[in-house]
Formats: sequence, structure tokens, C-alpha cells
Amino acid sequence: MSTDIAHEEHHHGPPKGIGRWLFSTNHKDIGTMYLVFALTMLFVGGASAMYIRAELFMPGVQFMEPDFYNNMVTNHALIMVFAVVMPAAAGLANWMIPMMIGAPDMALPRLNNLSFWLLPAAAVMLILSTVVPFLPGGGSAINTGWTLYPPLSIQTGMAMDFAIFTVHILGVSSILASINIVVTILNMRAPGMTLFKMPMFCWAWLFTGLLLIIIAPVLAGGVTMLLFDRHFGTSFFDAAGGGDPVLFQHLFWFFGHPEVYVLLLPSIGVLAMIIPTFARKPLFGYNSLVGGMAILFTLGLVAWAHHQYTVGMAAGPTTWFMIITILISIPVGLMLLNFMMTMWRGAMTFETPMLFAVAIVLMFSFAGVTGIMLAVVPADLEYHDSMFVVAHFHYALIPGALMGLLAAAFYWLPKWTGNMYDERLGKIFFWWNVISFNITFFPQHFYGLAGMPRRIVDYNPAFADLNMISSLGAFAYGLSHLLFLYIVIKTVRGGVKAGNKPWEGAQIGTPGLEWDLSSPPPFHSFTTPPVVK
Amino acid sequence: MTTHDQYYVPEGSKWPIIASSGVLTLLAGIALAINGINGAVAMIIVGLVIMAILFFGWFSEVIHESREGYYNEQVDSSFRQGMMWFIGSEVFFFACFFGSYYYLREITLPYLGGEGHLGKTNMLWEGFKSTWPLLDLPATEGIRGHYIEAKEAMGAWGIPALNTAILLSSGGTLTWAHWGLKNNNRKQLKIGLALTIILGVTFFLLQVKEYGHAYTELHLTLQSGLYGSIFYLLTGFHGFHVVVGAIMLMAIFGRALKGHFSPHNHFAFEAVAWYWHFVDVVWLGLFIFVYWL
Repeated sequence: MSTDIAHEEHHHGPPKGIGRWLFSTNHKDIGTMYLVFALTMLFVGGASAMYIRAELFMPGVQFMEPDFYNNMVTNHALIMVFAVVMPAAAGLANWMIPMMIGAPDMALPRLNNLSFWLLPAAAVMLILSTVVPFLPGGGSAINTGWTLYPPLSIQTGMAMDFAIFTVHILGVSSILASINIVVTILNMRAPGMTLFKMPMFCWAWLFTGLLLIIIAPVLAGGVTMLLFDRHFGTSFFDAAGGGDPVLFQHLFWFFGHPEVYVLLLPSIGVLAMIIPTFARKPLFGYNSLVGGMAILFTLGLVAWAHHQYTVGMAAGPTTWFMIITILISIPVGLMLLNFMMTMWRGAMTFETPMLFAVAIVLMFSFAGVTGIMLAVVPADLEYHDSMFVVAHFHYALIPGALMGLLAAAFYWLPKWTGNMYDERLGKIFFWWNVISFNITFFPQHFYGLAGMPRRIVDYNPAFADLNMISSLGAFAYGLSHLLFLYIVIKTVRGGVKAGNKPWEGAQIGTPGLEWDLSSPPPFHSFTTPPVVK
Repeated sequence: MTTHDQYYVPEGSKWPIIASSGVLTLLAGIALAINGINGAVAMIIVGLVIMAILFFGWFSEVIHESREGYYNEQVDSSFRQGMMWFIGSEVFFFACFFGSYYYLREITLPYLGGEGHLGKTNMLWEGFKSTWPLLDLPATEGIRGHYIEAKEAMGAWGIPALNTAILLSSGGTLTWAHWGLKNNNRKQLKIGLALTIILGVTFFLLQVKEYGHAYTELHLTLQSGLYGSIFYLLTGFHGFHVVVGAIMLMAIFGRALKGHFSPHNHFAFEAVAWYWHFVDVVWLGLFIFVYWL
């Protein structure tokens, strides 16, 4: 083997100073940066949510202009989707996938660093889009919501151009990250680690990555056409020139609906790692879970227009989208069944990750039930654009994505840091988080069904009491994440030593090779690939 | 089969963060410039310079590492798969535009012209006839001043047909160059690559001439309503990809002159070839659906 200098340096520890992070090609360091970025943006996106709930605390316009409220609604969604959940999931992928499959690093380490460093650039662009309306001649704020529908988005001021370029940068970042993850999974597995011996988290990310490679370019194309309509006189979304604003909705939701699975699947992968460990039973139905994800992947790509039932589509396509959407509940239900059957007669213990896992299965099922309600066209005409929809997708995305990522953090923190987190604080965090989440969003089903529209700064005083409950719950929910931050910092700084295989060594079935490494793992995990039998 | 000896993991690299700052400068500059902010053009230029340095520097580093033999078969395979997925994402970028074109032409326009499930949908602009190419816009004069109707649509059988022949033969010459490379016939490699570049540049120049013809004589502009929008969107992004592809071809031509690439180790050549063939196929779709049918 050639022993040139570059190879020799590999056995050294991490580089010193800020360069370690700026120039990193190490999957663990980049994973850490992703996770830190996501956690930071969680508080930024959370702050905008706190503003929204403070504004809705009582009827009337409390603080700023209505457009600022709309801007906060937009930012909250864009930040939570693109700057919190996706980077956190990518951070987990970075940290875990190379270790799980016995790879020396990600397949394309420099590209990996680029995928991360595009995110702060996008964050700067998004912040600019919020600041610009306050400058002289800055035009109006982004008042469209994250869907950026024309014609409103064509009339918005220059802030919209910054938002469009934010979406472009985020799109490039997630395409590059997805290419890297897919290639890592397909090309970097240790000898003997066949696809069907992989930890389920890798399967989940394989489907996620493939989805992003398909959908992210379509969103980029759609917002590019928006940009052209705004500045270069084209008429893609203007009927006066022969275009159609509904086309943008199709393009957006061709991205937007699979995007839900992009947010969901990594957490499904995490649950498939956590539940077998704490039930002390191998995952029930490994192959069927992979199959379920494959079906979800396929159906998810052809279900998008269920977000547009009310725009006047013809009966044929509307029926198609309704049927496909209802069909999606079958693979999702199968996944939940996989998890429940794994727990069935298992020797269960309820550490924090498992508490989250059980709560997720329960609350996500609830989102599935309201999802079926919304999928049915005649019913949806009634629910459309009400707070009921807001309640539905927060039950889908907070348990289905965010809580899964929190559970993952608790599950793998001992591996990452070498220290056990404080279990008592973890349990306090769990109950505080889950209860306040339900206080926030459960009442929204009621005042949504009663007719309160979403995305509007003021509301009928009849909904005042329930809104006040929602807001109080939201403040408690937002605050709970400070405890999470404290737990993470405390664990990084020290604690009971975890050992190589925490959780009583209960990782069972297809747990991944990360548990064969020390905690924390060495800077370069597998310089020579292990052989999997 | 890929081997599993030492996989090359590069030491820290400054290029990603340079790329990120270049992208930020460029796009923020564009966002300001299209809103008429003074001095934003300077930002765009700075951004472009950073990007140019970036591509040159990053690829130089990779080429150097490849020449030094750091990359084993598994690394090579990662590059190949990465390029394949990248082209896959490009396919969906163009699919977005082709899909929009289909939707607007086959669903929106007939609907505006009075077909469809709601019966009288042309009440918005009475008497609007759905035709393709769309020259008579739905909005009548004066209601929407900023659309200026084109006089005439693009024909298919002049320069566009010639361009189709040129681009398709450039795919042929590139494959011929590849055969030369694989048989270690360096002369065939160089001639084939040079021919491909000449054909690519000719295509581009003819396309520029066509744009001039369309703008000045046919009065077909971005402001001509849907037909002009679609025409320039699809041909414009394709033209951009041709330029990028031609630059890539020139880069590997330069490398071929310097004696790079061996019959068994020439990933860069193949990546550029895949990209060029992809650009070819997109043009074929363009010619059939935008110019011809």
C-alpha cells in the first residue's frame, strides 16, 4: 500500500482551531455542525412561532402590522422545514450512516462540507428577506406563507427575491447532501453489509435522498419561473398572457407533498432503531417496513394535488388525488404496525428515547386519522385553510419529524459524547414537551372545525378562550426546548461514562456497526472496513 | 467490483466555504440588481469571479489528486454514481419546465378558450381562441399593457433543424473520441474532442443568431405572453447547459492535450460525455415539442 503523506496524516486526531470546522471533511464534525445549526435555527423558528401565538393570544391586532405577522408565518414554516428538520436529519445521517455501514467517511467528503456551508448562506438570505421591508424602498414583507403562491408572490416587494434565492440555495444544498448520502449507502458499505442487513435508518435515508433528488429541482424550477414572472415580463402564472397561477401550485406541491416524507422518513428510521432496543426484540417485519417505505415513496410522488382541492380542478384528477391520498394511509399504517408488533410482548423499559417513540406512534396515528378526514374531497372543502389543517400537520410534523429527531438525540448522545445524559431531566423534558405540545395543538382542531381560518392575524372573539389555551401551551412548549439545550450541554460537558454499548447492550436485530466503536468514536471510525458476517 | 483498501478521505479543504460565500455574494447581488439597486452589479461580478476561481481551484485539486493516484476503484465509483445522480436531478429540473409546458398548453389554454368541466370558462376573456403557438393573447389591448404580442412563431425547419443535426453529430464525434481513448489512439481522441467543441460552439452561435432573429424580426420576446415565456425558458436554460458543457469539453480537451487520461482511467472524460449526451437529449425534446409540434 502506498504510504504517502496524505494517508499518514489520517491517523492523526482532529485539526486544531477554527479550521477544523470551516474546512472539515470529517463526517462527524460536519454532522455536529448540521446538528448545532439545526438546534440554533430551532430557536429562531421557535421565536417566530412564539410571536404568532402571542399575536393570537387574544383577538385584535396586538403588536406589529398584519404583514409582519404573515412574514413570521412564512419564516416559521421555511425555517422549521428547511433549517431545522432537514439539517437535523442530515446531521444524523452524517454522524450515523458511515459508522452504521462501516465506511471510513461519507463518499464525497468535500461536497459534504459544501452541503453544510450553503445552509448559513441560505439563512443569511432569509434574514435579509425579513430585514429588507424595514429599509426605505424595501417594499412589502413576504406575506404569502411558505407556499409562495402567485399572484400575491408576484406583487410582493423585493423581499420575495431574497426568499426565492433562499429556496434555490437550500435546494442545491439538499440535492448535494442527498447525492452524497445515497452514494454513501450504495457504494460505501463494508464487505458483507448487504442492503437487507442495513440498519433501517439507512434505508429511510436512502428513500429520503432519492425523493429529494427528484423533488428539489422541481421546486427550484418553479421559483425560477416565479422570479421570471416578477422581473422579466413572462406570463407563466398570469392568465392574461395565457399562463395559470394554479400551475405554480402544482409545481410547489409536487415538491411539497413528498417533502412531508422527506421530513418524516428519517424519523421513521430512528424509531426503527430505538424501539427494538428498548423492547429488546428484533424489529418486527424488516422487509415489510422497507416495502412500506418504498410504497410510500411511490404514492407520495403522485398525491400532491390534495392540497388544491378548492382551486377548481376537474373531477377526474381530484378523484385520483383523493384515492391516492387515502391509499397512503395503508403503508403508513403498516409502519406503525411494525412498531407496535415490535413492542408486543417485548421486555420494555421506558428511557427517554423510548418514551418519545411510544408517544410518537400514538400522536402520529392521530395525525393520520385527521389526515384521512382531510383527504376526502367533500369534507376537505369545509376544512380547507382552517386551523384544523394547522392542527393536523403539526400533529404530523412535530411527532413525525421533530420529536423523532429529539428521540434520536437522546438515543445517540451517549455514543456521540461518551457520556450518559441525565435520565431524570430527560424524563422531565419528555413530559413537559409532550403535554405542552398537546395543549397547544389539540384545541386547534376544535376552533378550526368551528371555522377559524389560518394565516390571518385577527379572529372572531368567539374563539378567544381556546386560542388563549393554545398560546399558553405554546409558550410552555417553546420554553421546554431550553431544557433540552441544557441537557445537551450538560451531557457534552460530562456525566456518567456510557461505554461502547449503552442501553444495557440491548441493541438487537440490525443495530448498525456504530455500537462496535468506542464512545465517543475515534475521529476516523473505520480506516479499514470491518467484515460483516 | 469495488475494492476495499484505503478509501481516500481528503484533508480539510477551503473550497466549500469559498463556494458558499461566492454563491451568497452572487445571488444577493442578483436580487439587488433586478430591483434596481445601485452598485449591485459590482457584487455580481465579485460573485462570478469567486465562482470562477472556485471551480478552477477545486477541480485543479481533484485532478492533481487523481494524477497522484490517490483514488482507488471505490473512490472512482463514488464519483461515477455522484455524477449519475447529479444528472438525474438535472433531468427533473428540465422535467419541471417540460411538465409546465404540457400543463399550460394542454390544460390551461383550452380551459381559457372555453373547454372544460365548468362549461363557459372563457367568460374572463370572451372570444379567446386557444391556439398553439399562442400569438393572440387572452388579454385585449389596454387591459394589460405589458404584454406585446409577437408577429410570428418560430419555424422548425430552418436553423433549428440544422442545429439538431449539429448537436446530434457532436454526440457522435464525442463517442468516436471515447473509442479513440479506449483504444489508446490519442490522435483520434484529440480530433474527436476538437470536433465536438467546434460543433458545440457552432450550435451556440447559431442559437444566438436565432434569438436575434426572433427578437428583432418576429418580435417574439419574453413579454410576448405564454409562447415567448415557454420558448425562452426552455431554450434559454438549454443554452446555458450547452455553454457549461462546452466549457467542460474544453477543460478535458486541455487535459487530453497535456496527456491526461488512460484507456482505463478517465472518469472526467466520461462525466463530461454523459453531461453532453444529456444536453443532447434535452435538445431533442425541445426540437420536437417546442419547435416542431
